[in-house]
Amino acid sequence: MNTNNTGGLHVHLKQVAPIYLDAQFQCATGELIVLVGPSGSGKSTILRCIAGLTMPKKGLVRFNETAWLDTDLGIHCPPQKRSVGMVFQHYALFPHLSALDNITVVLGEASRTRREQRARELLAFVNLQGLESRHPSELSGGQQQRVALARSLARDPDVLLLDEPFSAVDQITRRKLQLELARLRQQLKMPIVLVTHDLDEACILADRMCVLHHGRSLQAGPPAKVMSRPDSDLVARLVGLTNLFAGEVIDHKSAPQITLLRWANHTLECRHRPDIRPGQTVSWIIPPQQVILHRRGRPSRGERENPVDGVIRDLVVLGGDVSITMSVNDNPDLPLSLTLSSHVAHRNHLAVGEHITVSLLAHGVHLMPEQT
Amino acid sequence: MDWSALTLSLELAAWTTAILMPIGVAIGRTLARRQFVAKSIVEALIALPLVLPPTVLGFYLLVAFGGASPLGQFYETLIGRPLVFSFQGLLLASLIFNLPFAVQPVQRAFEALPRDIREAAWCCGMSPWRTFRSIEFPLVWTGVLSAMVLTFAHTLGEFGVVLMVGGNIPGETQTIAISIYDRVQALQDQQAALMSAILLVFSFATISVIYIINNRTRRHREY
Repeated sequence: MNTNNTGGLHVHLKQVAPIYLDAQFQCATGELIVLVGPSGSGKSTILRCIAGLTMPKKGLVRFNETAWLDTDLGIHCPPQKRSVGMVFQHYALFPHLSALDNITVVLGEASRTRREQRARELLAFVNLQGLESRHPSELSGGQQQRVALARSLARDPDVLLLDEPFSAVDQITRRKLQLELARLRQQLKMPIVLVTHDLDEACILADRMCVLHHGRSLQAGPPAKVMSRPDSDLVARLVGLTNLFAGEVIDHKSAPQITLLRWANHTLECRHRPDIRPGQTVSWIIPPQQVILHRRGRPSRGERENPVDGVIRDLVVLGGDVSITMSVNDNPDLPLSLTLSSHVAHRNHLAVGEHITVSLLAHGVHLMPEQT
Repeated sequence: MDWSALTLSLELAAWTTAILMPIGVAIGRTLARRQFVAKSIVEALIALPLVLPPTVLGFYLLVAFGGASPLGQFYETLIGRPLVFSFQGLLLASLIFNLPFAVQPVQRAFEALPRDIREAAWCCGMSPWRTFRSIEFPLVWTGVLSAMVLTFAHTLGEFGVVLMVGGNIPGETQTIAISIYDRVQALQDQQAALMSAILLVFSFATISVIYIINNRTRRHREY
C-alpha cells in the first residue's frame, strides 16, 4: 500500500469482515480531522485500528516515518508501543483512583513527587485545579471528560484520538467543552483525530472532515467545501443537504462559461463543469439560501436566471427565518426548499397553497457525476 | 473437643485456598475475557461440584486416585504411599470440589469490568502486567476475596467427598465435619454441639464479612 511521504498520521485500512473497511486519510501535525458518519459507519473501529486495539485484515498506520501497523510487512505494534493518547466515549476513568491518581498511575516508574507534579500540571492544563482528590464518581460528566483528556496527554503522545468525546454530556457542557478543545488544541502540536456523528460538531471543530459510510471514506476536505461541494449524492445525503435532484447535462457554453442542465421541463444554467460530458446524468444540489424569491407583482432583472415556479407546500418559521418547501410545477415529487427572512415572507403574503416563482442562482448549482 | 480435627480442617482449608486462588484468578479471568468453542462445556464442568452429590464426586475421585488408576500408581511409585486416605489425596480432592467457589466470584468480577478501562490503560502505555496489578486487580479484589472466603469456609464444612476420598483417620484425614458425625454416632452430643457451634459462628462471620465489603465497595464505584 502506498501513501505519499509527508509527515503526520497516515491511515489506510481495508478489510471485508467482521466490519467492512475501506478508509484512507491523512492528518498533518497540528491538524484536527473529524471522522463523521452515521452509527455503524465504522468510525470507532477506525480509531481503534489507529490505537492498536483492533487489528484490521489489511492496513497501514504510519506516524511520520514510523509504521505502527503495516500488514504487508507484518508490523503490528501493541497500543503501548504506539504514541497515542485516546479519550474514550465514556472516558474509561479508573473508578478506584482519584483524578490525580488516574494520571500518576500511568506515568510509569518516575518518583512519586515527580509524577504528582506532572499530574497537577496536566489537570491545570484542562482547568481542573482543586479537584485532584475527587474520585470519578464525584465528578460531573464534563469534569470526567477533562480528566480523561489530561490522562490521554500524560505520555506526551504523538497523536491524539477522541472517540465521541462530547456525546455523554448535556448540550451546555458540550458547547463549553468544544470551545475548550478548540482553545487547547492550539497548544497541542500533534495530529488530532476526532470521531463524531454530530455534523454541527464536525463543522465547528474540524480543519478537515472525512465522511464515512459503511466503513468507506467517501470524501475528505474542509467542512465548508464538503458541505457545499459534496463529491456525490451519497455524501450530500449523509451531511444532510436538501434540494438534491437528478438531471442531465446537455451542453457547455463558453461565453459566459456555463453548463446547461435539463431538469424536469427546465433548462438550468449551472456553474461551468466541462469535465462532465453532455448526455451524462448527474445528481445536483442547490443550497436553500441560493434559491431567490421573485417579488410578486414587481418583476426585476434577476428573474431571467433559472426561473422556476411552483406551489408552497410547507412553511415553517424558525427564529427570524422562514423555511419554505415548494412543489416545482406543482409536482409533489420535486420539493424545493428555500430560506427567507420572515419579513420578506410577510411582505409577499406567502402562505401554503400560494403560487410563487423563484430563481436558482447559477453559481449555486453544484453538479455531481454519478459514481461508477 | 477434638482439637486435632479442627487443626486438620484449618490446615486443609488454608492449603486449598492458597493453591486454588492463583488458579481461580487465572481461570476466572480467562473465562470472563475469551470466547471459545467449548466455553460452555468448561463452565459446566467447573460448576459440576455444585450440583453433583458429594458422594458421587467422592466416588469418582476415589476411583481416579486409587491404586488401579494411572494417577494413583504414579503417585505411589513417586512418593511410596497411596494417594487415597492421605492428607495429600484429600487436598487434591478439595482443590477439585472447590473449583466453582474459587472461579465463579472471580469470573463475575472480571465480567463486570468494562473493556475500555483496560484498553485505556494500554493506550496510556501501561503494560498488561501493570494494568493487571494497578487497575484490574484493585477493581476485582472483592471478587477474589469472596472466592477465598467461600473456598475456605466450604472446605471446613465439606463432608461427603472427604469421607469418600480420605476416610476417617484421626490426625491424617479426619476433619471437623467428620469428627462431629463421629461424636453424634457415639452419642457424645455435647461435644458435637460445641464443634457445630464453632463451625456455625465461623461460617456466619466469614459470609458476613463478604457482604459488608461488597456493599461498601459497591457504594463507591460506578463504571
